[in-house]
Amino acid sequence: MEGLTKAYPGVVANSDVSFKIRPGEVHALLGENGAGKSTLVKMIYGLVKPDAGRMSLRGQDYAPAEPSVARSLGVAMVFQHFSLFDALSVAENVALGMENPPKLRELAARIRKVSQDYGLPLDPDRMVGDLSAGERQRVEIVRCLLQDPKLLIMDEPTSVLTPQEVDILFQTLRQLAREGTAILYISHKLEEIRSLCDEATILRRGKVVATCTPREKTARELAELMVGTMLTPPERSAKPKGEVALEVAGLSVASPIPFGTTLKNVTFTVRKGEVLGIAGVAGNGQDELLLALNGELRTSPSAVKIAGVPVGAAGPIQRRKAGMVSAPEERLGHAAAPDMSLVENALLSGSVRKGLTRSGFIDWAGARRFAEGIVQQFDVRTPGTDVAARSLSGGNLQKFVVGRELSQAPTVIVINQPTWGVDAAAAASIRQAIIDRAADGAAVVVISQDLDELLEIADSFAALNEGRLTAPRPTQGLTMDQIGLMMGGAHGMEVAHAEA
Amino acid sequence: MDLGGINPAVLIASLMVASVPIMLAALGELVVEKAGVLNLGVEGMMIIGAVMGFAVAVNTGSPLAGFLGGAAGGAILSLIFALLTQYLLANQVATGLALTLFGLGLSSLIGQGYVGIRPPLTGAVPLGPLADIPVVGRILFRHDWMVYGSLVMVAATWAVLKFTRIGLILRAVGENHEAAHALGYKVRRIRVLAICFGGAMAGLGGAYISLIRVPQWTDGITSGAGWIALAIVVFASWKPWRVLLGAYLFGGITVLQLNLQAAGARIPVEYLSMSPYLITILVLVIMSSGRGRIAAAAPASLGKNFHASR
Amino acid sequence: MLRLEKRASPSRAWGMATPVLAVVLTMIAGGIMFAILGKNPVEAIRTIFWDPLFNPQFASYSRPQLLVKAGPLILIAVGLSLGFRAGIWNIGAEGQYIIGAITGAAVGLAFYPMGGWFIFPLMVIAGAFGGFLWAMIPAVLRTVFRTNEILVSLLLVYVAQSLLSSMALGALRNPQGGGFPGSRNLSQYPAAANPELIAGTGMHWGVVASFIAVTFAYILLQRHMLGFSIRLAGQAPRAARFAGVSPTRLVILCLGISGALAGLAGLFEVTGPAGQISIDFASGYGFTAIIVAFLGRLNPVGILLAGLLMALTYIGGELAQFMLGLPAAAIQAFQGMLLFFLLAVDLLSNYRIRIGRAQ
Repeated sequence: MEGLTKAYPGVVANSDVSFKIRPGEVHALLGENGAGKSTLVKMIYGLVKPDAGRMSLRGQDYAPAEPSVARSLGVAMVFQHFSLFDALSVAENVALGMENPPKLRELAARIRKVSQDYGLPLDPDRMVGDLSAGERQRVEIVRCLLQDPKLLIMDEPTSVLTPQEVDILFQTLRQLAREGTAILYISHKLEEIRSLCDEATILRRGKVVATCTPREKTARELAELMVGTMLTPPERSAKPKGEVALEVAGLSVASPIPFGTTLKNVTFTVRKGEVLGIAGVAGNGQDELLLALNGELRTSPSAVKIAGVPVGAAGPIQRRKAGMVSAPEERLGHAAAPDMSLVENALLSGSVRKGLTRSGFIDWAGARRFAEGIVQQFDVRTPGTDVAARSLSGGNLQKFVVGRELSQAPTVIVINQPTWGVDAAAAASIRQAIIDRAADGAAVVVISQDLDELLEIADSFAALNEGRLTAPRPTQGLTMDQIGLMMGGAHGMEVAHAEA
Repeated sequence: MDLGGINPAVLIASLMVASVPIMLAALGELVVEKAGVLNLGVEGMMIIGAVMGFAVAVNTGSPLAGFLGGAAGGAILSLIFALLTQYLLANQVATGLALTLFGLGLSSLIGQGYVGIRPPLTGAVPLGPLADIPVVGRILFRHDWMVYGSLVMVAATWAVLKFTRIGLILRAVGENHEAAHALGYKVRRIRVLAICFGGAMAGLGGAYISLIRVPQWTDGITSGAGWIALAIVVFASWKPWRVLLGAYLFGGITVLQLNLQAAGARIPVEYLSMSPYLITILVLVIMSSGRGRIAAAAPASLGKNFHASR
Repeated sequence: MLRLEKRASPSRAWGMATPVLAVVLTMIAGGIMFAILGKNPVEAIRTIFWDPLFNPQFASYSRPQLLVKAGPLILIAVGLSLGFRAGIWNIGAEGQYIIGAITGAAVGLAFYPMGGWFIFPLMVIAGAFGGFLWAMIPAVLRTVFRTNEILVSLLLVYVAQSLLSSMALGALRNPQGGGFPGSRNLSQYPAAANPELIAGTGMHWGVVASFIAVTFAYILLQRHMLGFSIRLAGQAPRAARFAGVSPTRLVILCLGISGALAGLAGLFEVTGPAGQISIDFASGYGFTAIIVAFLGRLNPVGILLAGLLMALTYIGGELAQFMLGLPAAAIQAFQGMLLFFLLAVDLLSNYRIRIGRAQ
């Protein structure tokens, strides 16, 4: 394969992007959120048509009208948000991603063989909904491998893996590259690109800003190329921590989500001024933990205590009264109502602590002031507070949501994925705001799948694995290996690799 | 062997006939819902099928043409639903209701000239000596071809959904339309086809009511059969063979209460005639009270509209 | 090629314009339908929409009818709109309407032939309570067993209709009615009657109640946290749970209010315009109100206007039946069509139509 050129003006998702990948090369596409990586790979996979430019695959003109054409020409893709079907079996899921799948029985045998060959153990008869995030990714990868791809696209594959699982994935990818497969590897994580990739194309705001060999650059140089400016890490205060503000003891609750994770005996305490970081691979109970903490999911009264007062059986409104605020992972639809204005969204969770209602009647002027205050203080880029929440970019909406919660003078803060899908500048300001609030004496729980983020802001560290939480430990002095083991290690994959 | 004036063999035989319309309509709706679409317009499509089937059969003198006309009528009406929900992204619940309200009005408009006419007769399938077997022959082998056809449809729907690629794609679209789109499947096209199939099946069911079950045309002839078909899909947990079971259960109750009415039971007629609806509600309650079972069995994208934004 | 592009924020201008556009499109499509039926479409449309109000020959009879028909439609639709906004689909208002009429009438008939100022208010309470209880069946089943309220509320309409005929033939039958089905005429029983309040306007207590309901619903939705919760739950159910809205409470509340209002509508109808419990008392108001609720864009003021317009199609339809021999069913189909067009053009408030290639 040579010469993969494309120009794409228009919505400035991509403009005039060009790069090449050779067979057997692992090529990194590096860029922060919103740099246009996803749009680019969608064009390669035939989901989106370019406005201009051309692509070629192994010397032939390549212009896939739809994904099935791309697949038949040997282009396969592992999606960031899996394109999987919970209620179908592994074999059925694999069949859906293939052009001419064999009979299910035969396919199951081939799945077993390929998964053994590449150290990716899978049971073809299991329901995908019951699998862990790592296993789901294996389904996607096996689906690609069965089609003998010439070009394999991996979109942010390590965000759902423990450090140990990342190592195993890299072994698999190197094995594939040795066999001559070209791999386009999309990520914003610098260290892994340096360890895995042969070449890198760096995107910023839809444009190629550099092409380089990542091994020859330091992570710092790569970061500068990717972000454009240097960012200062947040400042942390070393103030001594106060008394216990949030106490969770023996919290066990079944998930309200189909194929969700049951929380099992989760126990921890957070002191005033302390930031507890909770790591874990997606789907290990993070959503459920947030729901159980903020009151959307109720438990026995004593399972959750705020400043010593049992609130486990109380709903979100009472918990807000007790001083707790929370920000769920999903911005649109959970933390904010997409079609409602920012004023209405400010009212949504701010009515209790900001006193925006009088005997049930809404103080709209007060809500507007509150919304405008958030927009100003947290630098939310928006034409005004009357626009619908869905019109804001991901980063700006996240700043608004986090700002809304932090502006309520909380004593306990629970945030799930504070900077997910947010560009670096916004992420830095959100992290700083969280740390500032902790310095003011709030107890903070940050649930995140971004280990770097947790190491940066957390005082103590725990990990969720299949609904269980490890005992929190001080962040300082933790090694990557220890963290990986806390997150559940390689989930039984190492055995398979030893055989392979 | 009469029990209080009711012959069990006759009862079972007429149960099989009574269950055909809702079985067909429920099967169609099952396929639609498997594709992730909730079409509440079954009642409207059925009644349009009933009037179209009746009109075509009367004008051509052929029951077969009537059934085809009924299916076509239901399918055409369902295309309005498909256009509104799949292309114009209208709310599925509201559009389904509109379909029913419109269907009821339009059917009585079309049906004006057909009140009091008898449709051409649909005979039993000649199964020769089988029909003469005592009891069993009476129950099983003296029916019209639609009774057998509906049973074949149950088996066919089950097999297609379970074993074929198109069935797999259909289920995938209903389970997660974003993922299906990402893999390159035409979510909208597949859903439109499913909706159309559902419309045709509902129309067929409606035509059976006006051509065989009643057989004549009156306004509002379906009297809630479409809604009961919707309930049966839930009862069946989206499994074709359980649609058969649900339809027989409902058919049994209908036939029994009609027989009790005829036999002059002491219960007032009005209470007997409300019993099928009450029992349907009861069944719905029992089915949905099992913790989380319905939620797990329902297609995950059910009722959600799909718009490929990027 | 046409393609849709989601607007950043819903358009308010289109939100107002879509119902008007839908009415115009329905008139065109309806005209075609009338033409197919062999009627002059222009004349038919004029007979339906113009003559009842402005033709001197009919207006004196038709105009008061406007409020008589619009009253129950608005009353029911306002209740339904709250639930529809919250994603709670009560489509069995027709049943609640019937039950409200039965319970209200039963209380009135129990006092017959006594006089007393308290009888009518008692009947009003009984009517609202009857509708409320009937709506509580789907509400409780939904909250306790998670049973689909759409199917249950609808199936209960058929049950209510059977109850109605049982009442008309049995318990509530007029003992002096010579064996004919139907209750005593309540509108001729002064203590229980719901008379025209201002002669020649059609204004009766039900119309008054509908105006009050519109006002209350407007304040609730615009100014009160409860109304905000209702809107939030409909637009983003998970965000509503995050805000602390209890889904159970909302289901009970929305179904309860819509049931009570439908019951009230039934009571005012049976004591006024209909006069008695009879087999054919159910007139489909409960279903037409669904169209009214959507035509009014689930907005109380919109519903007020939509209710008047829909009442006009009823009266105009009768007139067209009488004058042009237009079948009654044609009007029903016409109303259904209106809902279709409304749902179709509703898209314009949330999406832009762009001509050109997709990206």
